[in-house]
Amino acid sequence: MSTAANIPPQFEIVDRPLDTQMTISMGPQHPSTHGVLRLELVLDGEMVVKTTPDIGYLHTGMEKLFEYKKYQQGIVITDRMDYLNPLGNNLAYVMAAEKLLSMEIPERAQVIRVLMCELQRIASHLVWLGTHALDIGAMTVFFYCFREREKILNLIEAASGGRLTPSYFRIGGLMMDLPAGFENRCKQFLDDFLKAVGEFHTLLSGNRIFQKRTQGIGRISAEAAIDWGLSGPCLRGSGVDLDVRRANPYSGYENYDFEVPTEPDGDVWARYMVRMREMKESHKIATQALSRLKPGPVKADDPKVVLPDREAMKKHMDALIHHFLIIAEGFNVPAGEVYHPIEASKGELGVYMKSDGGPKPSRVHFRGPSFVNLSALPDLARGEMVADVVAIIGSLDIVLGEIDR
Amino acid sequence: MPGPETTEPTPEPSVSSEQAPSPIVAALQREHPEWLTEVIEAYGEVTFVVPQELIVTVCSFLKGWPEGRFDFLADICGADRGVEEEPRFEVNYHLFSTTKHHRVRIKVLLTEEDMHVQSVTSVWRTANWHERETYDLFGVIFDGHPDLRRILLPEDWQGHALRKDFPLRGYEPYSLK
Amino acid sequence: MGLENIIAEALPEVLTTRLDSIINWARKSSLWPATFGLACCAIEMMNATSARNDLARFGSEVFRASPRQADVMIVSGRVSRKMAPVLRRIYDQMPEPKWVISMGACATSGGVFDNYAIVQGVDKIVPVDVYIPGCPPRPEMLIHAVMMLQEKVMKESVRDRKDILDVEAREAIVPGTLPVTDGATARENTLPESRPYTIASRHERRRSS
Repeated sequence: MSTAANIPPQFEIVDRPLDTQMTISMGPQHPSTHGVLRLELVLDGEMVVKTTPDIGYLHTGMEKLFEYKKYQQGIVITDRMDYLNPLGNNLAYVMAAEKLLSMEIPERAQVIRVLMCELQRIASHLVWLGTHALDIGAMTVFFYCFREREKILNLIEAASGGRLTPSYFRIGGLMMDLPAGFENRCKQFLDDFLKAVGEFHTLLSGNRIFQKRTQGIGRISAEAAIDWGLSGPCLRGSGVDLDVRRANPYSGYENYDFEVPTEPDGDVWARYMVRMREMKESHKIATQALSRLKPGPVKADDPKVVLPDREAMKKHMDALIHHFLIIAEGFNVPAGEVYHPIEASKGELGVYMKSDGGPKPSRVHFRGPSFVNLSALPDLARGEMVADVVAIIGSLDIVLGEIDR
Repeated sequence: MPGPETTEPTPEPSVSSEQAPSPIVAALQREHPEWLTEVIEAYGEVTFVVPQELIVTVCSFLKGWPEGRFDFLADICGADRGVEEEPRFEVNYHLFSTTKHHRVRIKVLLTEEDMHVQSVTSVWRTANWHERETYDLFGVIFDGHPDLRRILLPEDWQGHALRKDFPLRGYEPYSLK
Repeated sequence: MGLENIIAEALPEVLTTRLDSIINWARKSSLWPATFGLACCAIEMMNATSARNDLARFGSEVFRASPRQADVMIVSGRVSRKMAPVLRRIYDQMPEPKWVISMGACATSGGVFDNYAIVQGVDKIVPVDVYIPGCPPRPEMLIHAVMMLQEKVMKESVRDRKDILDVEAREAIVPGTLPVTDGATARENTLPESRPYTIASRHERRRSS
């Protein structure tokens, strides 16, 4: 048994009566921290006086890896960043590279990108809802959400081959066209989805326990939210009407008819309602995108950057040479830097890509929305009870892969 | 997507392009031309290069400026231009306006000997973690930061990981002593 | 119930079996995992417990948060160098018998990430029983791995596993898990002002009705 003599010198022994504050370490292995996050909570009884997040337990050095991989090889790494929204990460990276190359993307590719991104947004919000409700205590919702999510993962797997790490987008378009029968399956899923959202509302929104646990907790005002750099549903839950799809539209989003839901209160309940309404809006956009699918090419017409068709590669010499060069040497991207933001499911995901004219980028930086949302946690959790900290973290919807990169 | 407006970056604070410069550039050049070491407009984006001692002045001006209203700091991103480049490091501040929806990039160039920049946490509170990350990965020291310590790498890590002279695989294999 | 009556009629009153068989059968039929989901593989692990691929029907009924109550640690995801001492500490806290499943390419061998930040294979830190390839592996692969582990458990002997005191876990100085605060709290507490033990948070004060 260890005695006082065995305790390392960094830890002091305090021997005082009960009116002191207690510092506890929540995590990194913890069922409710949504990944390997460590929080240092300074508690006064049950009330949180100060909280300091300690991150870095999933730091993968992805930004350094990007500098050693060609542009098209980097797409695979972006999947593993925000692993609940991999198509969003792919899209941000690919669009930044396309901006540097000044490429025009064919319309069918843009429509499919919008469709897949909105499906991915629904899938990400379903995981959020399942885990948030699980932390608060509603375990049934977890299973319902994952049941819906399996349908979306089937669709994404049909299109790209991977459930969680699809890497479906390429610089210049898509990896390949949608398979036969995809549109019918997608339509079937979308037809059934609104009923499922109604089920979630029945389970949670009218539940007095859920309401008491989420209303009035973790309030943040609109000015503080903008100052802390919050984005996405966390910002819209405080009443700020800001969505990158509206502010700086990309990939044809300006042609779709959707609302940007906001809630004025700024507490956990507001963020919950914003995300539930966002799922319905994503459903709307996905339905519109599905109806706009017209036959056409899915890759841009640039033989130096975009891989040729497989059949053409087997029959024609120049296609074979281009294929070989793109894979073996990569393509040179003109020197310059871009910052391309998209609206990921968690907020504004920005990619800063800097090229020095070669086949590998010089610097790629991902502005992860969860990184910035989590930095506001000390402000949000001050004065709340320990159990509410769990609810607040759930409402921020953090993914440690994106925070730590 | 608009194509790039081809601009050659020139040493004097002026920009020459076939198309008209964006209104932000024109307005800022009218009001404070002495701040801008260089203006780059490419790929539909505006970059201002400012000297490192003026960063807080520029940022607080841009935040309250009626033409700009850049109340949202999207990102602070460091970059290592290369071991032989002079100046070696740069720090990019990406600003966004929630009301006007325009973006701008402020760039600060740093040499290896003088890696100090004023911290902009007094202007936007979100700069806190971004600056900690830039310090952690590049070694840029932000003066006036309330709590400058490593954020992503372990606290006893030696070296700054994203510098170009730091090897990809690190210096030693992991062993639990 | 009916089954017990049928068994009671068909079998004699006293059964003889090898001790190893019966204990291993009990152990393999209720392998409770410790929650050690790190990254993307954790999401596939969550998928493996959800309704479509149900891991609970193979005995993994609950995922215990406390390692002291868990049997198997499914390391799912990439282990960074800051996380590695924490992993070892959790492993040391698990009582015997314990097994480790290394799920995914990153846990098995570092995966896609061959760089300074990721431990190239979790078997550099803990002894692994079953490796699952894949990035991420499908939930069916995780279920297959649990079944392989069950076969392995059946072949073990009770005498092989003894509980070792986790002295190492207690004394290890884990870098990166030291207190984040700069000691300010300790300094602040040197002058305790007299305050009531519990101060109502703004949460409680609001609830006046």
